[in-house]
Amino acid sequence: MSSQLLRFEDWTAPVPAVRREVLSALPHPDEKNPPLLFVPGLGHGAWAFREHWLGHAASRGFSAYALSPRAAGSLRAYVHDVVQVAAGLPRQTVLIGHGVGALVVSHALARYPAKAAVLAAPVLDGWPALGAALRTNPFGTLPAFFGGGLGLSRKQLYSPGCTYERKLTREPTAVYRSVLTASRPAAPVGSPPMLVVGSPDDKIVTRKALDRTAARFGGAPLLFPGMGHDLMLDTDWQEPIDAVIDWLEKELLA
Amino acid sequence: MQDTPDIADRHDAVCVIGAGASGLATIKSLREQGFSVDCYERETSVGGAWNWRHDRSPVYSTAHLVSSRPLTEFPDFPMPDDWPDYPHHSQLLGYLERYSEHFGLRDDIWFGTEVVSVTPAGDGRWDVTTRSVGGGAERVQRYAAVIAANGHNWAPKPFTVDTSEFRGRVMHASAYKDPAQLRGRKVLVIGGGNTGCDIAVEAAQQAEKVWHSTRRGYWFAPKYLFGRPADQMLPPRLPLRFRQKLYRWMVRLTAGDLTRYGLPAPDHRPYESHPVVNSQLAYYLGHGRITAVGDVASMEGSTVELSDGKRIEPDLVITATGYLPRFEFLAPELLDVDEDGRPDLHLHAFARRHPTLAVIGLLQPDAGLLPLAHWQSVAVARWLRLRIDDPAKAAAVQQKESVRPVRSWSRLRVVPSSRHWFEVGHTDYLRAVEDLLKHMEPAS
Repeated sequence: MSSQLLRFEDWTAPVPAVRREVLSALPHPDEKNPPLLFVPGLGHGAWAFREHWLGHAASRGFSAYALSPRAAGSLRAYVHDVVQVAAGLPRQTVLIGHGVGALVVSHALARYPAKAAVLAAPVLDGWPALGAALRTNPFGTLPAFFGGGLGLSRKQLYSPGCTYERKLTREPTAVYRSVLTASRPAAPVGSPPMLVVGSPDDKIVTRKALDRTAARFGGAPLLFPGMGHDLMLDTDWQEPIDAVIDWLEKELLA
Repeated sequence: MQDTPDIADRHDAVCVIGAGASGLATIKSLREQGFSVDCYERETSVGGAWNWRHDRSPVYSTAHLVSSRPLTEFPDFPMPDDWPDYPHHSQLLGYLERYSEHFGLRDDIWFGTEVVSVTPAGDGRWDVTTRSVGGGAERVQRYAAVIAANGHNWAPKPFTVDTSEFRGRVMHASAYKDPAQLRGRKVLVIGGGNTGCDIAVEAAQQAEKVWHSTRRGYWFAPKYLFGRPADQMLPPRLPLRFRQKLYRWMVRLTAGDLTRYGLPAPDHRPYESHPVVNSQLAYYLGHGRITAVGDVASMEGSTVELSDGKRIEPDLVITATGYLPRFEFLAPELLDVDEDGRPDLHLHAFARRHPTLAVIGLLQPDAGLLPLAHWQSVAVARWLRLRIDDPAKAAAVQQKESVRPVRSWSRLRVVPSSRHWFEVGHTDYLRAVEDLLKHMEPAS
């Protein structure tokens, strides 16, 4: 773990600024709840949250934002972008990461004292996820080993009867490599309350990986059986987001 | 529970004095460790020295940061990455206002309230007397700890030359606000620090005639090197000796030898004085818009006599002599203040004999102050928490800290002047704080 105080890399080679795509849905009237910032995983963009979750969170009184990953990014750049957007919001923000977005959030938590954090179907350790991907989608996954970019299939991400496959984007292999070789994130600053949600039927995040992540952040995962990896796009999308907001409301009262 | 009827006991709450950058960071760090906080601020808004509306603010309308953004921002609340490399002072104020809004820090700040005195109440607790700035009754409250974040750039250091017989206008740099004050005047700027050089450069653009009086030569660092902010280019990981070599080389490449303009050669090595970051001084010296002169010997009538016997006739004298730290609300022995007014604190933060008294932001780093103030406040808050949760471990940490050599975190080889009382190299300093934080971590 590198030093949190001596940030030579940030001092001498700051992450270059880019225009970031941030989608939002705001409640009327503003109820002074902390804003939610959704961070998508690889292959996805802010659109994945606009489908259902942003609007639903706003209808429950939370201003909701989603950030698309920058083009040709790296884990470091993604973390930088999350912290930049979070610090730019008017109040202390709740970070909600999905898939590899959860890994980005776990690193951002060491750089920004979030109000709370939610890791949804988190891919914190890339290797077991890669193994699971090889098992369910060998033809989409193998090219990634030879610089071809990783393909994700319908079977991996969604439960039967639901697909957004055509909206997925292919990220360059270098991005996957920076995720796979990421060092463990430093401890979160400001000790935010944390929640892990996922599905036992997720084809990318194994049940074991989910339990391991939850244990690391001190708890048991909240499970939604029958759902695919993309909790926010699946036909039952409302259950997990309602559970997350219920949990959040309880934590904010505490 | 009150032991005397007129002292309100705030139990485990911590008192923070000042809501400038250091005070705000301190409130946040204390809250993260679960403390209730009462912060007293004599002004009616946050920002301290950076808030130009405040009486005691030293900023002038054209002031920009002298350290670049990544070395100046709070480590857990970055400035927007599309801001300039060296933001304007009003941007820094906006940043501090957003910081306090973002984390809801205003809820804990009592504005328009000044601290009159802080006295030990036994058991490591403190009686804090406060009063509304507008007047009114004094109020005494008892706190578990007191953290002073009252800044050290608001009490001008007196100018030692007698000016009573001088007919021109004399003002301290803290009263300088706008270049319009210089227009058409014959200006003498005294002082070779960042402020003195900034004002000399402004005067070069506005005034009729400019003299710049400096006692010694300095190492003028440029703001840019190879098109990048210079402080991002100097490898901070190298040993001091190599960095001094690189610094000399950088100065030779940029400002070059300034003695041919009449400036004295530096009488010290790089990193032995507070860095002066100014790319324009040499430029205006070269254009003859600024005349470098030596020390001022006397001022009488309309003339100023210099130490080399030369006489000049300015009608406006700006003394950029710097500032002195002041803690009027604390008895000097509490901070081990010596006869010159210099407090002696562990890591320039912890009172040596009072474990529940600390000062945040009393540093002169070779980079931005905010990151250092942040980590100081994190260390102080964790220390106060450790004292409550695990007194045995706290005692062990205190024992370990008492033998930490001063030279490991403070620059000892500096030009002897009050200006360098709190001079630290930011990497050495952060290493020491990091080590302290590690010792305080709960065993897992």
